Amino acid sequence: MKNLNHNAASLNATCPACGLLCDDLMLSATPELTLQNGCTKGIKFFQQSFKTSLTATPMLNGKPVPLEDAISAAAEILCTSKQPLFAGLGTEVQGMRSVMSLAQKTDATLDHMHSESTVSNTRTMQNSGWLTTTLSEIKNRADVILAIGTDISSSHPRFFEKLVWNTDNLFAKPAPQVIFLGATDSSHAAKAPDGTPPQIIPAQTAQLPEIINALNALLNGKKLHADAVAGIPLATLNALLETLKTAKYAVIVWSAGALKIPHAELTIQSTELTIQSIVQLINKLNENSRAAGLPLNSGDGDSSVNNVSTWLTGYPTRSCFRNGNAEYDTYHYSTKKQLMECDALLWISTFNPYPPPDCKAPTIVIGHPDTKFERMPEVFIPVGIPGVDHTGQMFRMDSSITLPLKKLRDSSLPSPSLPSLSEVISKIENKLIGEVQA
Amino acid sequence: MITLLKNGRIYDPAHNKNGVVEDIYIRDGRIVSKPSNGEKIDQTFDLSGKVVMAGAIDMHSHIGGGKVNIARMMLPEYQQQYQNQSQQQYQQQQAKEIKGFSEPEAHICTPHCSHHATPSTTDTGFRYIEMGYTAAFEPAISPVNARQAHLEMGDTPMIDKGGYAMLGNDDYFLRLLAAQKNNGLDQKAINDYVAWILHATQAIGIKVVNPGGINAFKFNQRRLNLDENNVHYQVTPRKILQSLSRAVHDLGIAKPLHVHCNNLGAAGNFATTLDTMSASSGLPMHLTHIQFHSYGTEGDKKFSSAAAQIAEALNKNKHITADVGQILFGQTVTASGDSMMQHLNAKHANPKKSVIMDIECDAGCGVLPFKYRDQNYVNALQWAIGLELFLSVEDPWRIFLTTDHPNGAPFTSYPHLIRLLMDKTFRNEAFAKLNLDAQAMSNLTSLEREYSLYEIAVMTRAGAAKLIGLNDRGHLGTGAAADITVYTDQSDREAMFSKPDYVFKNGELVVKNGSVVKVVWGVTHTAKPAFDMGVEKDLRDYFDRYQTMQLDNFKISDDEISDDGHGRVVVHHKP
Repeated sequence: MKNLNHNAASLNATCPACGLLCDDLMLSATPELTLQNGCTKGIKFFQQSFKTSLTATPMLNGKPVPLEDAISAAAEILCTSKQPLFAGLGTEVQGMRSVMSLAQKTDATLDHMHSESTVSNTRTMQNSGWLTTTLSEIKNRADVILAIGTDISSSHPRFFEKLVWNTDNLFAKPAPQVIFLGATDSSHAAKAPDGTPPQIIPAQTAQLPEIINALNALLNGKKLHADAVAGIPLATLNALLETLKTAKYAVIVWSAGALKIPHAELTIQSTELTIQSIVQLINKLNENSRAAGLPLNSGDGDSSVNNVSTWLTGYPTRSCFRNGNAEYDTYHYSTKKQLMECDALLWISTFNPYPPPDCKAPTIVIGHPDTKFERMPEVFIPVGIPGVDHTGQMFRMDSSITLPLKKLRDSSLPSPSLPSLSEVISKIENKLIGEVQA
Repeated sequence: MITLLKNGRIYDPAHNKNGVVEDIYIRDGRIVSKPSNGEKIDQTFDLSGKVVMAGAIDMHSHIGGGKVNIARMMLPEYQQQYQNQSQQQYQQQQAKEIKGFSEPEAHICTPHCSHHATPSTTDTGFRYIEMGYTAAFEPAISPVNARQAHLEMGDTPMIDKGGYAMLGNDDYFLRLLAAQKNNGLDQKAINDYVAWILHATQAIGIKVVNPGGINAFKFNQRRLNLDENNVHYQVTPRKILQSLSRAVHDLGIAKPLHVHCNNLGAAGNFATTLDTMSASSGLPMHLTHIQFHSYGTEGDKKFSSAAAQIAEALNKNKHITADVGQILFGQTVTASGDSMMQHLNAKHANPKKSVIMDIECDAGCGVLPFKYRDQNYVNALQWAIGLELFLSVEDPWRIFLTTDHPNGAPFTSYPHLIRLLMDKTFRNEAFAKLNLDAQAMSNLTSLEREYSLYEIAVMTRAGAAKLIGLNDRGHLGTGAAADITVYTDQSDREAMFSKPDYVFKNGELVVKNGSVVKVVWGVTHTAKPAFDMGVEKDLRDYFDRYQTMQLDNFKISDDEISDDGHGRVVVHHKP
């Protein structure tokens, strides 16, 4: 936060564009949008957000209508539906709280747009547990970063700048050694300030399980009767293990989304097994030295949605309500499966203008004002963007930190500002109760 | 509007009332003195023969925050059994479960008994109020995670909430302490930081978990004894306890430093616990879940009860209070800030899985499912040790009834635990079913004591409120908040305490015959001692340089707690 230009027009912002949830952004909107401490993703997010119209109107089958009419239409669809699917769920804590309440009253199924990745991590945690760390620990302690199958910076652009190449740290540690296994450093974010490039061990994603299992075998003192594993010389693997074992605090980073093995028959299961192997490696290392994992998230509020759902029902998403009681099934309650079975779809995407998937059932979209549709949904209600148009709370990727999102756009404009997701959902819920009683 | 509770038998230890028959008047949520004759009584409850106590207060229960939610998330198979069940369904489930057991359990399950270790926030509030508890305190809020803890507590209906912020393993504090050791910095900087943390995290007390040990684990230390140095900071747990207990005392907050000792769960740890009692040089300290810290190394299995030594020391050291952290048999999950000891214990997890975390240069956590079995020597002895402590500590004002929910057992087993304390025959029957080797190592059956209703009211009401500093709770005097529980006196104390006739929250009838009749939302209790805001200058620099969030976002405003229209912050001052 040094050398900040504190002019009156600049605002401090928390950026929901990725799981790092940077809250050191300074944003000025006039004369044009500029962002201090912004990254490519953050700039794109705020540019896209500030371009949206505050006067976007709700629509029924593509025709503009007053908000109240759209609310009534949405309530009617949900009222007649026996098995609605609430998907997308691109929202933050307050939005998800209201979504959960509506889901319980309508016996809805809940799934997040990025759950294909999230579920692999959650299920690993449920099967074996894990040993993980958080961003400030990495910033101050990590002396080795091993990224498996991900370059980190395309999904989390400021990771290296903020957490790896920081010059201030609590324990006077050297700059970390960065190793990529099965990924390249296309953005050059992982190149050290002194020009040292990261070590890259090339491998195909499909080969990663074999390589990690070999590392586990070697770490457990097993002899491998081969000179190379998946084309990687044994000497390279042994050297990698030595680096991990002698590290003061090794951090192993993975992204479930990037570990999807193409054409594998059971994608989630294979991703899960890979993550399980990584977790085993971390556990074994911790018998003698310190190491910890960091699962990257996918964004659009996935951490927030999972946490809120868990404290309200006991379950993360891919869950559903039956007679008001929650059930959890990561296989059956996926969007993909439920799209074929649901009799109504409520699609929510407030951070990004993601359109709903194709669905035969009546579709309600509550989302980003700039959402473009191939087929107009029965109901479209544009809502404000959390952290731009209204406040909120959001979980960081490591779930340990929840930060307030701020309202950045001027609400003193003559036009009425967009409602928030939770306002719209509460209105639908009230309408629903009214209709049931009437 | 005036409500009259007529002819109840009042157990109100704060006013030395031991079963006297009296009337209670309630107006605007408070207990008031008898109105003048002309005033209209709007509502009268005839409580003839009924037992009347203040609403119970759980001074140590993990009800919200990161590790609690991890426990929920990692145990979906467990959650499934109890999801949103009615009490009747609970009982059916319970019956099924007992049948399923292949071995006899010393825990004699009754229809009122449940074992839900990872309730949702809604269930938490409902199950507490149904037992006549009107407040619960989350004892392990890691400051960086405080917002989540308050969000979860904000979604917990029916009861009042509050929490203790964890310090003593955070790098900011340890740096201060190390600097103090080297440069003789005065205590004021530490006091200001502790006060600042109370404000920023909306907490009512300060806790320290495995002083210095969680931090040491991050430097690859695996155990830390009371007088052993943290390798990096070269300060000892004793020094940490001295400094934090001094800060809490100097700031004038009521709640003594809440201490989870070093060496949790390790055989022989009673010596550490005894030494810890002297670490604060006579300043008040509360030793939490002391059952887990009362283990000796005698016998063939090198694991024995040191309850007698611990109880003797507690009886002698009047500046020390403790809660027990009783274990009860069955499936539960242990969720602790003690990443060092939980990592060490991960091999005992059942089912075999564990989540261990290093958190933000601030804290740690370790979550392990656990199944306590009466035929397991260690578990059986743990059960006996807890009860030995309850029965051997003389002053009920200094010992508190907890299971360290969910670590020893779910809070829903309190009625069962109360019966174990009040009913010697019931207790001895259970004891006779334990692992035989464990029976041989315990003197439990020689302890004749049976707790009285008055003593139970001390432990679960008056004492807890006094300890935390809730001046208007835990008693039935004029001016107190009308949090009141009414029971039918039954010889089966478990049945009695699991299903109150009435529970009033702030004067409103919210539970009738053990079921919720009205949903209400409690407040968040906090302490906010005065301090020098100058401390924020150094903290801001620290946050900018080393943390990954802004100092301003670390602080939780009152509005964040009241914004949803449910909650409200209440600030308590030491009288």
